Amino acid sequence: MEIRRRKNQIEISELDPFLAELLRQIPASANTEGAPAAEQRIFTSPANGKESELCAEWKMYVQPELRRLFQTATQTVGADLEQLNGNEKSLANRTLRIPTKHADAWLSALNQARLVIAAKNNFTELELNDHLRSPIGSRRDLSLFQVNFYGFLQEFILRELDC
Amino acid sequence: MPLIPEIVSPKSAAAPSIVGAPTIEKETHAKEALDLPWHVVVHNDPVNLMSYVTMVFQRVFGFPRDKAERHMLEVHQKGRSILWSGMRERAELYVQQLHGYLLLATIEKVS
Repeated sequence: MEIRRRKNQIEISELDPFLAELLRQIPASANTEGAPAAEQRIFTSPANGKESELCAEWKMYVQPELRRLFQTATQTVGADLEQLNGNEKSLANRTLRIPTKHADAWLSALNQARLVIAAKNNFTELELNDHLRSPIGSRRDLSLFQVNFYGFLQEFILRELDC
Repeated sequence: MPLIPEIVSPKSAAAPSIVGAPTIEKETHAKEALDLPWHVVVHNDPVNLMSYVTMVFQRVFGFPRDKAERHMLEVHQKGRSILWSGMRERAELYVQQLHGYLLLATIEKVS
């Protein structure tokens, strides 16, 4: 896989089917449905316990806005990922082009996905910082790899935004 | 009735004048003054990337990079950092923005 900035696009080329599939999983991975721990992490409380009135108002007025904000980001990313649609064979060494104006949507969707996966798997800080972990041997390992891969993409996009 | 009371200059103070009933103005800022200050606190999160958190602080608070990095490191090392202090309404707005970036942020009243 290669990732580079090309004019107004971020280009991810030579994508093998495995990484292409991980990319296609971003919107689904960001979904908190049926995962209370993930829902709790994405929609956190604005205060620590004592401000019950504020917390109730937050749930009623702010959370729906945030939900819309997050959905808009995952929808944008989902639309970009349609470039990768096709059968397994056609996924071999594909290229994904992300318009730089979608960079914020990608940062949000990748972050949502990382947080949801981490919450669902209850990853510890130690696991999340273990970048020398052995090859994928379980579903949990795969989820951790997914979190790190999405983190790598975030880092690249951030670096490009900084330029 | 004018909201601003007429100022009688010393020169004309001795002269007879018609003075209306005094205007009683409500102290509308008293509650806000008592409300001060509230903190905007960001809490540590092992998932959010350090570079991402720095970018969010720059964007939300308009901090220069070195200040944003200092706060990010404080969050990382001490578990929390106070990013801003002031009136409640604005503090809530900042927390909403920070939640929009998926950071763990709360408002806290200074005890």
